[in-house]
Amino acid sequence: MSFYKEIEKFKGFDLEKYMEELTHEEIKKSIGREKLTKFDFLNLLSPKAKDHLEEMARAAQRRSVQQFGKVISLYIPMYISNYCTNECTYCGFNKNNKIDRKHLKLDEIETEAVEIAKTGIRHILLLTGEAEGLVGVDYIEDAVKILKKHFDSVVVEIYPLETEEYKRLGEIGVDGLTIYQEVYDEKIYRSVHLGGKKSDYMWRLDTPERGARAGLRSINIGTLFGLGDLVKEAYLSGLHAEYLTDKYLNSEFSISLPRINEAEGGYKSKYILDDASFVQFVLAYRLFLPKAGINISTREVAEFRDNLIGLGVTKFSAGSKTNVGAYSDLGKSTPQFEISDNRSVAETEKAIRARGYQVIHKDWELIV
Amino acid sequence: MDKLILGGVEFESRLLTGTGKFSSKDEIPKMLKASESQIITMALRRVNFNNSDENILNYIPKNITLLPNTSGARNAEEAIKIARIARAAGCGDFIKIEVINDMKYLMPDNAETIKATKVLADEGFIVLPYMTPDLIAGQRLKEAGAAAVMPLGSPIGSNRGIETKAMIEIMIENIDLPIIVDAGIGKPSQAAEAMEMGAAAVLVNTAIACSPNPAEMGEAFALAVKAGRMAYKAKMAEESRYANASSPLTGFLHNN
Repeated sequence: MSFYKEIEKFKGFDLEKYMEELTHEEIKKSIGREKLTKFDFLNLLSPKAKDHLEEMARAAQRRSVQQFGKVISLYIPMYISNYCTNECTYCGFNKNNKIDRKHLKLDEIETEAVEIAKTGIRHILLLTGEAEGLVGVDYIEDAVKILKKHFDSVVVEIYPLETEEYKRLGEIGVDGLTIYQEVYDEKIYRSVHLGGKKSDYMWRLDTPERGARAGLRSINIGTLFGLGDLVKEAYLSGLHAEYLTDKYLNSEFSISLPRINEAEGGYKSKYILDDASFVQFVLAYRLFLPKAGINISTREVAEFRDNLIGLGVTKFSAGSKTNVGAYSDLGKSTPQFEISDNRSVAETEKAIRARGYQVIHKDWELIV
Repeated sequence: MDKLILGGVEFESRLLTGTGKFSSKDEIPKMLKASESQIITMALRRVNFNNSDENILNYIPKNITLLPNTSGARNAEEAIKIARIARAAGCGDFIKIEVINDMKYLMPDNAETIKATKVLADEGFIVLPYMTPDLIAGQRLKEAGAAAVMPLGSPIGSNRGIETKAMIEIMIENIDLPIIVDAGIGKPSQAAEAMEMGAAAVLVNTAIACSPNPAEMGEAFALAVKAGRMAYKAKMAEESRYANASSPLTGFLHNN
């Protein structure tokens, strides 16, 4: 069984007709439900639900505070290599882009770790492009071992692995996995992933399940907004999170809402997720998946991020840089995408506290 | 009020509180003062011993008994490791065992909890295991050396009150240990209900920490716990399905 079966069910669904016939009364009922059905979730993602944002926000805030309290966890991304064998049209690391490439040696990873740890961050997200020859699992293992000396939690956002490989990482202290499907629409997926292993839709789609089967504790998924129809993508990513939550009781699942930012290669998105729809989707996720974490990255501008506090968000990245070796100035490399919130970790913390929320640096430590 | 005795240690208060979900750590000492709670639980996974601003222990007065919990443990082995780290870090001998494998409903794994309890009680810990209410598992926890058992009233953080009432009543009647209702209590009236049933204490976190005024809510819970305990000790009148006339209908037979 794969989530693909759920996607196939949706293929024959007349979304346009459903949205046309949907009434405001039905949307109100969906907001008020203790446990939302798949249709309730769809109702909240509908264009008509925009008229009910305030009501949704109040319900989402109540649900969030009860479930998580007034806390926001912080993490920081660390890129260790931007070499890539894939041809993703929207990504700065696309192998055809003429960019400054960099690959950190192990001592450089340690230098970066020391620099990042000075900010007070305890949870780190390790990222790399897909270039197995250069960034193999052995190298990632070595990198993780270094990071474990400096941080309480290490999560990886790397190319998809086999279950056994995830188990290897779990055994040395990796407690989570971030893996975005990028776009659930299969046809669009094929049109934007022109080459490399990432062009295999099913291999990508089943990755979170391989991570869960390997026993990884936290798994973060999402769609990259801008590649496909907004409502369909939000709906399928939410259903994917629900499917995983129901099937793998041992892992915690969270969801991200990355929007395409300007990057090398100049991909122009046809589907623009505006701020109001972004907020609507955050609220819909919170009400449909009350226990899921919701991550907001520095792709979003500072003021917008701050306004999302209290609406269901549980995790922020902070002080992020998306070029390799950037924290300790290890040489030139092109960023994966432009950051929109350039505040330091300390400035981000201050803003969170100003909203009456507690900053959590350490929420987990895997003892190995 | 009569004292609560756990592992030979006496407490005046029967309200246990928690450290999670507060909007600011500064709220914790204020809440402790207002609620008079003497035992506070904290997830060791969130304790950052390396940073004094971050370290939750710096916000808990010295006269309060720490009840570190093993939140995050998926099996007995992990719970045991966490407990040992807590003790080595100076958190004392009390430990609340939490072993949870199910991230959807957060139901405790009673079998693994019993295993961890046995090992840690043998090592001299005062073990308070969090559990799904079940008489036999409760008895096994007692045999394993638990100082109390902590059945959930309803799913953690749900504020739904004591949905497991019938199971907890059976445990109170048949297990010769303090029964502390943990998880699900969302209102002071529900805490009073648990105490009226004969629970030895209650643990409340979400309902206090998520209140806009945690200190005031802590005090409200303290009063409810006291009232419930007093009512239990005073022995409440029997419930009846039908009205009982205060002037009985056959009273005339006894009047002469």
